[in-house]
Amino acid sequence: MAIGVTTTPEKSKPSGSIINDPQVRGIFYQVITVVILAAIIYWIADNTIENLKRANIASGYGFLNGRAGFDVGQSLIGYTSDSTYGRALVVGFVNTLLVAVTGIITATIIGFLVGIGRLSHNWLIAKLSLAYVEVFRNIPPLLVIFFWYSGVLAVLPQPRESAALPLNIFLNNRGIAFPKPVFGDGSQYVFYAFVIAVIASFFVARYARIKQEATGQRFPVLWTVLGLVIGLPLLTFLATGSPITFDVPVAGKFNLTGGSVIGPEFLSLFLALSFYTAAFIAEIVRAGIRGVSKGQTEAAHALGVRPGLTTRLVVVPQAMRIIIPPLTSQYLNLTKNSSLAIAIGYADLVAVGGTILNQTGQAIEVVSIWIIVYLTLSLTTSLLMNWFNARMALVER
Amino acid sequence: MNTHQATFVRASMIEASPAPIQTGGLAYWLRKNLFATPKDTALTIISLLVLAWLVPPAIQWLFIDAAWTGGGRGVCATVAQGGSQPDGWSGACWAFVNAKFDQFLFGRYPIEERWRPALIGILFILFLTPMLIPKVPYKNINAILLLVVLPILSLILLPGGWFGLPFVETPLWGGLMVTLVLSFVGIAVSLPLGILLALGRKSTMPVIKMLCTFFIEVVRGIPLITVLFMASVMLPLFLPQGVTFDKFLRALIGVSFFASAYMAEVVRGGLQAIGKGQYEGADSLGLSYWQKMNLIVLPQALKLVIPGIVNTFIGLFKDTSLVSIIGMFDLLGIVRLNFSDSNWASAVTPISGLIFAGFIFWLFCFGMSRYSGFMERVLDTSHK
Repeated sequence: MAIGVTTTPEKSKPSGSIINDPQVRGIFYQVITVVILAAIIYWIADNTIENLKRANIASGYGFLNGRAGFDVGQSLIGYTSDSTYGRALVVGFVNTLLVAVTGIITATIIGFLVGIGRLSHNWLIAKLSLAYVEVFRNIPPLLVIFFWYSGVLAVLPQPRESAALPLNIFLNNRGIAFPKPVFGDGSQYVFYAFVIAVIASFFVARYARIKQEATGQRFPVLWTVLGLVIGLPLLTFLATGSPITFDVPVAGKFNLTGGSVIGPEFLSLFLALSFYTAAFIAEIVRAGIRGVSKGQTEAAHALGVRPGLTTRLVVVPQAMRIIIPPLTSQYLNLTKNSSLAIAIGYADLVAVGGTILNQTGQAIEVVSIWIIVYLTLSLTTSLLMNWFNARMALVER
Repeated sequence: MNTHQATFVRASMIEASPAPIQTGGLAYWLRKNLFATPKDTALTIISLLVLAWLVPPAIQWLFIDAAWTGGGRGVCATVAQGGSQPDGWSGACWAFVNAKFDQFLFGRYPIEERWRPALIGILFILFLTPMLIPKVPYKNINAILLLVVLPILSLILLPGGWFGLPFVETPLWGGLMVTLVLSFVGIAVSLPLGILLALGRKSTMPVIKMLCTFFIEVVRGIPLITVLFMASVMLPLFLPQGVTFDKFLRALIGVSFFASAYMAEVVRGGLQAIGKGQYEGADSLGLSYWQKMNLIVLPQALKLVIPGIVNTFIGLFKDTSLVSIIGMFDLLGIVRLNFSDSNWASAVTPISGLIFAGFIFWLFCFGMSRYSGFMERVLDTSHK
């Protein structure tokens, strides 16, 4: 217990019985808690060891080297049913990251659009945004996933009757098929050009800032950067003789051949998570923008700053301070919700782990791997966002 | 000095000034809200076009073309699919929802015993409604009825096995009933547990503080589905042989623990918003720790975080749908179970069932969020 400022030595010594001393009591309570907890843990551990012995399950992570023997639907890294359980878990983890990252990007875009829409002076836009938020916020994400999976994507036409979309994209009940880029000889130069363009853009932005601070003249950064990032790779592409070609999906007798296919499992999960999380992000964005006092906008206008610049230089940086902390927890929620993949059979970490759990019975090990991975993801994201938040935070003098 | 001619008489009429800009009426409203600037006009026209493209087909599909009554898949399938609808037909299959409605409410609960959950449901509405209206008196009795009598009654009636009532095991429970029981118990457990965890996290005793922080951070860092897996797969491992837990009870424990970690963070936010003077004032009055918390701090702190608490409730209500993954049949689970009924299998059955389930979930969640907004205004004493 805090003792506070003790001016005289007598004051720190409580008069009266030792039973009423909060410090003594505190220690007593804590000792009791620890003892009870230790007893429970001992009891649980004892039972578990007993149960495992009876079920003939060897504890430990040795099973990770065993042959998995099952297939996963979609994998970014090489995997066959002959691979190990450990490899299968890595595949699941990569799939979790894939759906989380793509979902976060889409959810942020939709969320910002809808959030700004809710503040629009246009009555129709504001009401439509409100309807979007109220619908998606109040429906379980799992239901939205099933809506896409068994409600929409499952009733699309068979592969041989695929709906053709522009740019050689085909839609059917096995997913969406699109042209796959084939990287020929010399395509690495295009990639190098892209990297050089990005680095050059960084220096252009720096130069523009220094120049503006020194002379007050502005440099058209956006157009230069766009020209660099798009133009330089494009020039290289043409100069090296168009090394990148596209493998276009072609309708065969029963199925599409060629191209890349994104399965309906990924699509449903991705769409559901994006739409669901976007509703929450929209509310966060709205609260953030509303949180910047009107005086800031008015002061900027009084200084003669144009409306577009006011938003960009005055309102948004201040709103971001309010937006970032809750936005972080939404990103984490999306990542955690991606574990709903197991319901439709998208091979994410939890789904793969569940299969392994059923095959080997290593419940404790699999669950511990889940906990460690998700906790690491959560803590890493929190750390990154806290760092970002600290950079954006108000500097009080 | 008297040369000034003070009188002035206008020789010609001034021109009429333009009529003042109308500040009322439909035309003004339209101009202000829909067509203020060229950008606004463009946005309005685009939105109207999108609405015209989406809404009439949706109404057509949901209501006009929908199959409302019928005894089997025939009414929801086209001739080519072996049904009675013309080819190219597509519409909602409400006949499916209609036929399975009782199942969606009670799951596979025996038909002759369904009066039991129905009675509990009616009592729940009877006790809850006066509780929610601030003006109705006798709140204490009402709270005892809702929070003590009703749970005990449910415990007797729902599983049965007492007083000559046949025993109904929990795997037979299902539908909206399971969703509501899970959420009610989850809410009733997570609020007090969350408050205790939050107080523990703010405690000055390092061991208590560490334990509470550890619990809260770990549970908040992992998805609910892993918690449910833990409850369904690992809990049996932790118990001595022969001691088995009901699967329903395990899910209940998992959901309650999960929600209480989130609740703890919400309550902690409220505790932090209470000024230090309140704590010190209570201390200087000689109040004990629990008196200080119960009489001074918590009433203020909880009032501040009502929106957060209700949001956690809504999250909990939505999260109960996850128990369908570990093989229980809540509302979503029972709707999905019925997709495989060959008597009703058709292309539009799944989407109709899901829209129905989604609408029920939406009603409850939207109602809760609206009520929390109302309570905020009622409890607002406006001295922030």
